[in-house]
Amino acid sequence: MQIFRAHVLVCGGTGCTSGGSPQIRTRLEEELAKNGLDKEVKLVVTGCHGLCEMGPLVIVYPEGTMYVHVQPDDVSEIVSEHLLKGRVVQRLLYKEPLTAERVPHYGDLPFYHKQQRVVLKNCGYINPEVIEEYIGRDGYAALAKALGEMTPEQVIEEVKKAGLRGRGGAGFPTGVKWGFCRNAQGEPKYIICNGAEGDPGAFMDRSIMEGDPHRVIEGMTIGAYAIGASEGYIYVRAEYPLAVKRLRLAVKEAEARGLLGDNILGTDFSFHIHIKEGAGAFVCGEETALMASIMGERGMPRPRPPFPANSGLWGKPTNINNVETWANVPEIILKGADWFASMGTEKCKGTKVFALTGKVQNTGLVEVPMGITMREIIFDIGGGIPGGKKFKAVQMGGPSGGCLPESKLDLSVDYESLTGAGAIMGSGGLVVMDEDTCIVDVARFFLNFTRAESCGKCTPCREGIKRMLEILDRIAAGEGKMEDLDLLERTALMVKNSSLCGLGQTAPNPILSTLRYFRDEYEAHIKDKRCPAGVCAALLTYKIKPELCRGCTACTKVCPVGAISGTRKAVHVIDPDKCIRCGACAERCPFKAIVRA
Amino acid sequence: MANKLQNLDDLRRLREETKQSMLSRHGAETQIIVGMGTCGIASGAREVMAAILEELAKRNLNVTVLQTGCIGMCEKEPLVDVVRPGENRITYGNVTPRDVPRIIGQHVVNGQIVEDLVVGRVD
Repeated sequence: MQIFRAHVLVCGGTGCTSGGSPQIRTRLEEELAKNGLDKEVKLVVTGCHGLCEMGPLVIVYPEGTMYVHVQPDDVSEIVSEHLLKGRVVQRLLYKEPLTAERVPHYGDLPFYHKQQRVVLKNCGYINPEVIEEYIGRDGYAALAKALGEMTPEQVIEEVKKAGLRGRGGAGFPTGVKWGFCRNAQGEPKYIICNGAEGDPGAFMDRSIMEGDPHRVIEGMTIGAYAIGASEGYIYVRAEYPLAVKRLRLAVKEAEARGLLGDNILGTDFSFHIHIKEGAGAFVCGEETALMASIMGERGMPRPRPPFPANSGLWGKPTNINNVETWANVPEIILKGADWFASMGTEKCKGTKVFALTGKVQNTGLVEVPMGITMREIIFDIGGGIPGGKKFKAVQMGGPSGGCLPESKLDLSVDYESLTGAGAIMGSGGLVVMDEDTCIVDVARFFLNFTRAESCGKCTPCREGIKRMLEILDRIAAGEGKMEDLDLLERTALMVKNSSLCGLGQTAPNPILSTLRYFRDEYEAHIKDKRCPAGVCAALLTYKIKPELCRGCTACTKVCPVGAISGTRKAVHVIDPDKCIRCGACAERCPFKAIVRA
Repeated sequence: MANKLQNLDDLRRLREETKQSMLSRHGAETQIIVGMGTCGIASGAREVMAAILEELAKRNLNVTVLQTGCIGMCEKEPLVDVVRPGENRITYGNVTPRDVPRIIGQHVVNGQIVEDLVVGRVD
């Protein structure tokens, strides 16, 4: 066997790939060969490391040196200095924003300090396209343990004891769900992995499928053994081409290795996995709509019961779990329920992966133990708000979730406390907002999303969301009335309580939570005709301060509608009736004489 | 095409094999450090490095191999340091690929310093 003294890991996640990591990889291959290092240094393309903000990332082991924002032209320096001569390329190291110090080691980054990587432990560490690398990290050992030493009932019992709950957002106990399906009558039984991740700003499941696809396959296979299923589907959005490609390859490799397919590991247990690409409709994340889509029907939900456990795919017992849920299973079986239950809070065990986006320094993928506070995630791991701006709210759980204000930041992150505060755990999208974000605008954004994604089957969701959006549009246009707020609240509760599926039942959450915490902002829009964040165009006015205006005429030249009048060296004036509030004049004015009010 | 794993033992064997090849991503306790400044390279450090990797692979050893820049003792290059956990850092000088099996066999594996090649010790 050949030993490579150093391994160079190049991130091949979607973020770094779009940042140019494929070119970096090609250049590395060329440079290594040129310097005669290709027999000593191994190049490994990995999944996402999580610190997407700093990508493309290159990590050199054994030292664990992390290079950030690497460009193809930096490659020759990394090879000739670091890999050949052992000198770290200082200028490419991560720079700590507060102290401006360079951080040479991957593990020393504050971003990783409070994280606990269980599901993501291989993401960014192994090559997801090589099954042996997964096996070398104890991959498929849990499957071997389950098949060799445990009965299906014992597997279910272990998952129950671990306290694993559905990571798709609802938080239903996974082991209990498996038990329903195991006891259901009917053959064959099906397993589904829900990879229809559709929340704006969420990419947890994508990163797991891309970075460690075998973990998902192993989890599903263990679940199939426990439930007695013979067929499985991974439902993944077609907009995730890299995930689809790696999953297909992983299934093929697992089958070739006898870890999937007929007679797994020489036992009489057989399980097949099919990849089903979805067209990306948000509603297809709902389990009954998802199953309809797999069966070739239009993706629309149906009333439950019957639940999938009794009547799912083609009327047969079906168990459906989210990507992250499946990815937790191998660790639980391998390390035991007690180990898993030692992480988290009393009711919520284990960890949760979040996609941290929006107005935060370190956007990326983080995995934290349950029970951590939102403040720790945003400020300690995420590095706080960029540009010295003030934190305003964090939106959790996508269009189904809610906004939490500063006062709720010390809440423990678990299913119950978040639901109590009006947000939801959701699948794990976290959008951070600063003082420049208008809350009414945020609610409009999400309502616009759910309106477009509603399948239209049930009236409350189809009509209710549209009406609520109309009210929000009115408020944003400065035509709202105080009664609108009551109407909005009433409609929201009606839609919440009477919609057919999760989409409609949760679509009002962005409105309800913002009304609860930011009612004053709605009132400012209605009563004072003012948008405090300065976002809603209809409520803004631009004025020229006469004492600062020098009459340079720069503003008249950029105004697209000719709303500014004035002659050279004389004070200019904006005609409010003509002004479209684009703000171009304020940006252009060299004397900062134009102010937004 | 890869072989099908027939049973649990097959899986275990494959795991041990792959673990070995991924060791470079952990950093082992024992380190071998090769001087890779211009002086080192000019006097044959690259060949010494190749010999070290070959010897480690032959003996299936878990050792971290690092390089370092010029430390000023250019006269004695190629320089190779061996650091065993809890022991002094030993620097060998004028190392040739021929010396490598001895340094690894005697010192890295058995802890006996190859005295005739030593040019420095650091506590």
